Amino acid sequence: MSSRTDAPGVAAAPDNADVVTYREAIRLALDDAMAADDTVLLLGEDIAKAGGPFKTTVGLYDKYGADRVFDTPIAENGFCGIALGMALTGLRPVTEIMFSDFLPTAFDAIAMELPRWRFMSGGQTSAPVTVRASGGGGGRFGAQTSSTGESWFLQFYGLKVAVAGSPQGAYGLLRAAIAHNNPVVVFDHKAMHLRKGPLVRGDDRLAEVGKAVVARPGTDVTIVASLLMVHRSLEAAEALAGEGIEVEVIDISWLRPLDMETVAASVGRTGRLVIAEEQYHDGGWGASVISRLATAAAPLAVPPAAVSMPEILISHSPPLEDAMIPSAERIADAVRSVCR
Amino acid sequence: MTAPPDAVLRTWLEQMILIRLAEDKVMEIYMQGLVPGTVHLCQGQEAASVGAIGALTGDDWLLCTYRGHHHALARGMDLEAFFAEIMGRDSGACRGMGGSSYVVDASLGMIGSPAIIGAGIPVATGAGMTARLRGEDRIAMCFFGDGACNIGAFHEALNMAQLWRSQVVFCIENNQYGEYTPFRDSTALPPEAPIAHRAAAYGMAHAVVDGQDVIAVHDMVAQARARAVAGDGPTLIEAQTYRYRGHSRTDPGAYRPPGELDAWKERDPIGILASGIGADGDLEALRERLQQEVDEAADRAAEGPWPTLDQARDYVFAD
Ligand SMILES: Cc1ncc(C[n+]2csc(CCOP(=O)(O)OP(=O)(O)O)c2C)c(N)n1
Ligand SMILES: [Mg+2]
Repeated sequence: MSSRTDAPGVAAAPDNADVVTYREAIRLALDDAMAADDTVLLLGEDIAKAGGPFKTTVGLYDKYGADRVFDTPIAENGFCGIALGMALTGLRPVTEIMFSDFLPTAFDAIAMELPRWRFMSGGQTSAPVTVRASGGGGGRFGAQTSSTGESWFLQFYGLKVAVAGSPQGAYGLLRAAIAHNNPVVVFDHKAMHLRKGPLVRGDDRLAEVGKAVVARPGTDVTIVASLLMVHRSLEAAEALAGEGIEVEVIDISWLRPLDMETVAASVGRTGRLVIAEEQYHDGGWGASVISRLATAAAPLAVPPAAVSMPEILISHSPPLEDAMIPSAERIADAVRSVCR
Repeated sequence: MTAPPDAVLRTWLEQMILIRLAEDKVMEIYMQGLVPGTVHLCQGQEAASVGAIGALTGDDWLLCTYRGHHHALARGMDLEAFFAEIMGRDSGACRGMGGSSYVVDASLGMIGSPAIIGAGIPVATGAGMTARLRGEDRIAMCFFGDGACNIGAFHEALNMAQLWRSQVVFCIENNQYGEYTPFRDSTALPPEAPIAHRAAAYGMAHAVVDGQDVIAVHDMVAQARARAVAGDGPTLIEAQTYRYRGHSRTDPGAYRPPGELDAWKERDPIGILASGIGADGDLEALRERLQQEVDEAADRAAEGPWPTLDQARDYVFAD
């Protein structure tokens, strides 16, 4: 285990890695993408002069100026539609949605416009827009500011969806999304913003679109996780190693395209699957993973398990929120249950 | 503004007649079972699109709506590609993926034509921002209906367009109805006030124009275009017009008070321009020639091949 990262079990960082916070990795991705391509510009609330509600744009307004970093009014649907117009005419806008929970106000622009205009025109146009959203619970923010929102857009074919499970993921996925010629929604998790991990930057460090990452190799059980659940799965894996259970943790990284090749290969070796997700199970990506394995007759030794949110809403009351969001203990229990 | 030269006025007259005949043709081939889905026709509204588009340069971008055949044809879309698209053929302007509502030709600067009310208004604002940020002599021309002025996207986009001096011109084609409801029954305004007055809330320039008078529309859009590229901000133009047919193919328009349609037909945009330039005597010959073009294009379009699912798959994502 590397002493340079707080994620237990993550393979030792390469020598050329810096150790940065997850939110700094986001900021660096935006900075490097803007430096690499002057058509990249940022739109969001309080992101210019104030540096962003989560400090993911600090310094970028000073560096790139008012024509590249826009403080928008509180009008998510409007500025995501504006981003579409910019993208259709040659720019690469990145919009910041402060909390995932505000995405529904922009549902028309993101779900119905961004992914369909190219198709409706018979491929005449393209819409390289990146929508960033910070989501997830743990901050005691209550019912309307704690969702991850990660699976909301999966029925809107034409969008790609990425989920950042580490600083390297936050950097590489965001850079890949910005360089990609299709609309991508990139989710990060607020409770990871201050966590540190290794990061190698550079124009050669874009994540591969649709490629999951094996965050920890193992032989006995496969956990597929996203966002904060990657971290908690790694914690669970560390504890289970002491019990002689070697867990492979996959940071799924893309919900569309879903990397079933990596998942199926892992499950083919372990024969056991646990999904770890900070969302309701029905209609989410975890259910899709299980469905795809089942319909492909994957050789599972035992039925898979899913550690998801109970079907209640998130409250700000600490014991209640803690009971909603899967813990490392719940994930470890699920692993033990599929090992019995 | 000086009056446009005679040759230009003649072109506009031809374009308006072409649009009228093409729309009638759409209805005809619809009844023959050649058009899947529904259609939203624009007979009566020809001057608003021809006048506005006549004020643009070839570089300008256009955002249209599901009632957008007149925009496509005024911009010069190939007639066969137009009909083939409406018939869902691979030879259509959008390879059969769009249909009547979404028919665009990006090579003519037509970047979209959404069916979702108001959705194009922010998009046009964004395109206008591209022009501004690049310092280009270029605008985005955005058409939408009176009904679109009540959805959030309209207000959100107008606010940002004015705040950031987007190079966009907004044109409300106020055809008096949103579907089956008169606009005053759905739109809070002071008595008699036009919708365009709403721009004042955003400090935006605005104007009301007779949408049946192609020269007046052209004049107003030309001024608004000049203001936009000079960095003086967008304009909200309300072209007051009327659709002769129902909202969509199946709508007989029974909600219209008796006499209203006839009164508007008295002010037919084609008739107004024709008598204005002394071309009444040429109308029949013009119609005959254009009818032949329309008929031939529609016949050729009906021979077009159907697209395949594999082709459709290719249009979802760019490489
Ligand atoms: C968001 C949304 N709501 C409802 C509809 C259904 N609809 C289609 S056209 C229309 C009326 C629009 O009226 P207007 O903007 O005046 O345009 P017009 O049809 O008169 O050209 C409605 C309600 C829609 N397409 N989109
Ligand atoms: Mg209307």
